Amino acid sequence: SSQQHQEAVHHCASSRCGEDSHGKLYKNDTETQLYSLKMYSIIHIFYNTIYDEDEVLLALAEQLGNFTMLVGGPEYVHCLLPPLESLATVEETVVRDKAVESLRKISQEHSPVDLEVHFEPLVKRLASGDWFTSRTSACGLFSVCYPRVSSTVKAEIRQHFRTLCSDDTPMVRRAAASKLGEFAKVLEPEYVKSDIISLFTALASDEQDSVRLLAVEACVSIATLLPQEDLETLVMPTLRQAAEDKSWRVRYMVADKFSELQKAVGSEITKNDLVPAFQNLLKDCEAEVRAAAANKVKEFCENLPEDNREQIIMTHILPCVKELVSDTNQHVKSALASVIMGLSTILGKDNTIEHLLPLFLAQLKDECPEVRLNIISNLDCVNEVIGIRQLSQSLLPAIVELAEDAKWRVRLAIIEYMPLLAGQLGVEFFDEKLNTLCMAWLIDHVYAIREAATCNLMKLVEKFGAEWAQNTIVPKVLGMANDPNYLHRMTTLFCINALSEACGQEITTKQMLPVVLKMSNDQVANVRFNVAKSLQKIGPVLDSNALQTEVKPVLEKLATDSDMDVKYFAQEAISGMFDFLLSTKLLNFNSLNFIFLLFFLCSFGPSITIPNQRLQDGICHGTLSNQTLKVIACLSQLHTFTSSAASSFVLCGKNTK
Amino acid sequence: MSSAPTTSPSVDKVDGFSRKSVRKAKQKRSQSSSQFRSQGKPIELTPLNVGFLEWDRKTAQPELFLKKLQQCCTVFDFMDTLSDLKMKEYKRSTLNELVDYVTVSRGYLTEQAYPEVVKMVSQNIFRTLPPSDSNEFDPEEDEPTLEASWPHLQLVYEFFIRFLESQEFQPSIAKKYIDQKFVLQLLELFDSEDPRERDYLKTVLHRIYGKFLGLRAFIRKQINNIFLRFVYETEHFNGVAELLEILGSIINGFALPLKAEHKQFLVKVLIPLHTVRSLSLFHAQLAYCIVQFLEKDPTLTEPVIRGLLKFWPKTCSQKEVMYLGELEEILDVIEPTQFVKIQEPLFKQISRCVSSPHFQVAERALYYWNNEYIMSLIEENSSVILPIMFSSLYRISKEHWNPAIVALVYNVLKAFMEMNSTLFDELTATYKSDRQREKKKEKEREELWKKLEDLELKRGLRSDGIIPT
Repeated sequence: SSQQHQEAVHHCASSRCGEDSHGKLYKNDTETQLYSLKMYSIIHIFYNTIYDEDEVLLALAEQLGNFTMLVGGPEYVHCLLPPLESLATVEETVVRDKAVESLRKISQEHSPVDLEVHFEPLVKRLASGDWFTSRTSACGLFSVCYPRVSSTVKAEIRQHFRTLCSDDTPMVRRAAASKLGEFAKVLEPEYVKSDIISLFTALASDEQDSVRLLAVEACVSIATLLPQEDLETLVMPTLRQAAEDKSWRVRYMVADKFSELQKAVGSEITKNDLVPAFQNLLKDCEAEVRAAAANKVKEFCENLPEDNREQIIMTHILPCVKELVSDTNQHVKSALASVIMGLSTILGKDNTIEHLLPLFLAQLKDECPEVRLNIISNLDCVNEVIGIRQLSQSLLPAIVELAEDAKWRVRLAIIEYMPLLAGQLGVEFFDEKLNTLCMAWLIDHVYAIREAATCNLMKLVEKFGAEWAQNTIVPKVLGMANDPNYLHRMTTLFCINALSEACGQEITTKQMLPVVLKMSNDQVANVRFNVAKSLQKIGPVLDSNALQTEVKPVLEKLATDSDMDVKYFAQEAISGMFDFLLSTKLLNFNSLNFIFLLFFLCSFGPSITIPNQRLQDGICHGTLSNQTLKVIACLSQLHTFTSSAASSFVLCGKNTK
Repeated sequence: MSSAPTTSPSVDKVDGFSRKSVRKAKQKRSQSSSQFRSQGKPIELTPLNVGFLEWDRKTAQPELFLKKLQQCCTVFDFMDTLSDLKMKEYKRSTLNELVDYVTVSRGYLTEQAYPEVVKMVSQNIFRTLPPSDSNEFDPEEDEPTLEASWPHLQLVYEFFIRFLESQEFQPSIAKKYIDQKFVLQLLELFDSEDPRERDYLKTVLHRIYGKFLGLRAFIRKQINNIFLRFVYETEHFNGVAELLEILGSIINGFALPLKAEHKQFLVKVLIPLHTVRSLSLFHAQLAYCIVQFLEKDPTLTEPVIRGLLKFWPKTCSQKEVMYLGELEEILDVIEPTQFVKIQEPLFKQISRCVSSPHFQVAERALYYWNNEYIMSLIEENSSVILPIMFSSLYRISKEHWNPAIVALVYNVLKAFMEMNSTLFDELTATYKSDRQREKKKEKEREELWKKLEDLELKRGLRSDGIIPT
């Protein structure tokens, strides 16, 4: 069979060539028929030889969905059905789902006649298959062929769907329930009422909760399809029942879909039914359900009808929310904390100060760090309504505590909100209360925190300006360069990397550079090669004079360091700076800068590999002027230059002449 | 990372990586069912004036029995440890004495008692299981969450089992109440995280399967569904091991020839169960079921082994060891005629396992050669198996990093040599010439690459204009 397989691949390859080069010329031609016949046999071989590897089957199921043009276009697309039908019956769920996806795709490429002659019989076969896998697959195919077949076939399809909804295998009922909404959408309105509602009601009271919860999802689509006056009698009894289901999974699903349900049933039912249902979900005995409902508090309130929104929130929702603030479960509290601030925009300034503020403050003192963090991360909503000053007294202890939390992820999260907080609280408050915290993070024992802390400093400087940096941050950062712990010394370098650009040339050259250069004599090699990295990083900020007179000798020295990593990074820095100079404004082929640069680089001696290719590119793309000769004259002195660069240079020169 | 330069030795003594480790001792968790919706009202049971202690359990008192059963239908909230203490204690003693009563007395079981018993049991044990505490509950790592109401629940189970096992118990009457719906709810409880509860459930289901012939097919089918959902949809179900254990004895009782339904169960449900991530939790029970099937019908050996080979783990060594263990159990009972049918693909896999860089896998596979029955099968078919195994064995005898494996391989090679020395010599010769040919090929390939590189270099230079064209 392997020979057969090879042949098939060969055929496939040659046929594809034919297709590619001739394109649509084949159409309505015996050749096409022959061609699709070949394809058909190839597909069969594929399908027979490698029936066992699920990974292969998955790829096959996916690819067959794109084969329409390869089998000769839409007229022949039905020859893809047999292999996809088989793939739609395998046990492995991912393969089956992919096959259904492909079948759905190619169903659109069938003509209405083909759909009835080839596709619909396949759906029927699957729907009445022995093993549950084919029946589950069938569930996903009804909705794609229903709109395009005759009314007798439509009746059959509806019958099949009905049968599958009451299948005795829960797997099939689950599949049917999950496609109920989709199927309802393609049905004529009268059948939605006569067929779908009864199926929906039956599935929503299935003995297995895994089926019932899927019916909740369908509820959203069904409710949007029905006229308002029918909702009360046809949908609401089932929905009410689901909201009070004995299984928490179903109630969870209702809570999770609450906003969608709310939109689907409209404002009148929301007022009468959903508000009490929502209250119950917020008071549910399972924390999972309460958390899902708490997550929806803001959205639910936002979507309430505006005329009596405030009244509903104040009398019905807020009391439940107050209880949730002191819930026993931390997930519930943190879900609430992530949305509760959003209520302030809905309720306005006075209500926020009177009713919500105490809740915010309580949550800021919560024992669970995630709750506090969620409050702090949403401060901007409150800031707009009442200003952050109201909170700052309570905010501070909360921030301090989070900043020192034992879990580094919590510390990391609070650091990320620092720039935002700083912006809202203002520079004075920050200097007074938070600055020390920001500096303390720099010597945290977790690298990720130190890294985030340096990034935080950069953002603060961007906010408060270079002058502020010079007065408050830079001295402290530079002071750490003398710390006995080499990790702290390295933090100085990382801070300089992050801050140099924001601080500008003046501060970088006058204050930071000397410290960096001094650290090149550090005993720890890790510090030394980070000096090399830093020099490369801050190079762009420095002026060329400093580069030439101060940076160059140090890098030169580091490039001969006894440690191989230091050597490597020093060389990287040198060629990196060259790259930078070549690619930015500093480089002007007509300027003497370039020549200085070449001198500068070449004086490093043969230990340095100059990025040859880059140099050549630069030379070739630059327009060479009357200064060419000068440059060549320089180059001739640089014996370290590789001959190829020089010669290409010469060549370019000739060309321009 | 690099060390300090040798010229100036490091004086940097501060340990940059000091950290305080903060770990809280894990608290033991317990959980109640999901049925209590904040009620808050205290529960009152009026103690019956005839205390159970004075109750002569040997004389049947059906009416009192019924009353006590009705009282025990009341369910208490155990998460609230302080509420209804008195009544909880009263129910506990009542249950205790009910247990005694059904064990000791005669003639107590009137027809009216059946629905009351089933009702009491249903009220107490059927409940929606609460969500798992940790999102990613790992049964191998995490402590299970224990059922808070166990003090009552245990007695209810105990009582129910005694009831089912009672000599007076008549399935013909009970089947009206212990029906499909009852069984379905019972099966859902197998997902309980509390191992004590699953253990009781196992006994209960086993008794029901034994006594209610009409429910057998239904029970098997529902277990089927649970397993299929477990394998293909959720990968989460706590009671798989318990259900398999019951199935083991069910399979044992299957009549011959096996029905198509049972064979389908083996191939489409039991074999795919091997693919699940948490296989280690129920592998022993699963392997037992498989072997039971093969002992019933040896012709199933080929599809079973092919199934295992199809799902053979590719990256999980721990699972591979389990598969090898199961395979040995199968080989222990294999019929020689069946062995011949499957030996080629089987030993190709074993040869791959033997040369696994993970020494536990290699070791487990090599242990097959300590099994006398397997050895005899190999010996009978040495002309087929030797050529398949030889090259990996020979190679790892030279290359494996683990000396214990190398020693084991030497033994195996020695055994092969004794088995069929002419074939062994032939294979050695071919192996060596093959290796040489391979080496030669490798060298040629290397040279070709070198030439290509030269060529590229030259072309590169030419385009640079160094070499004039």
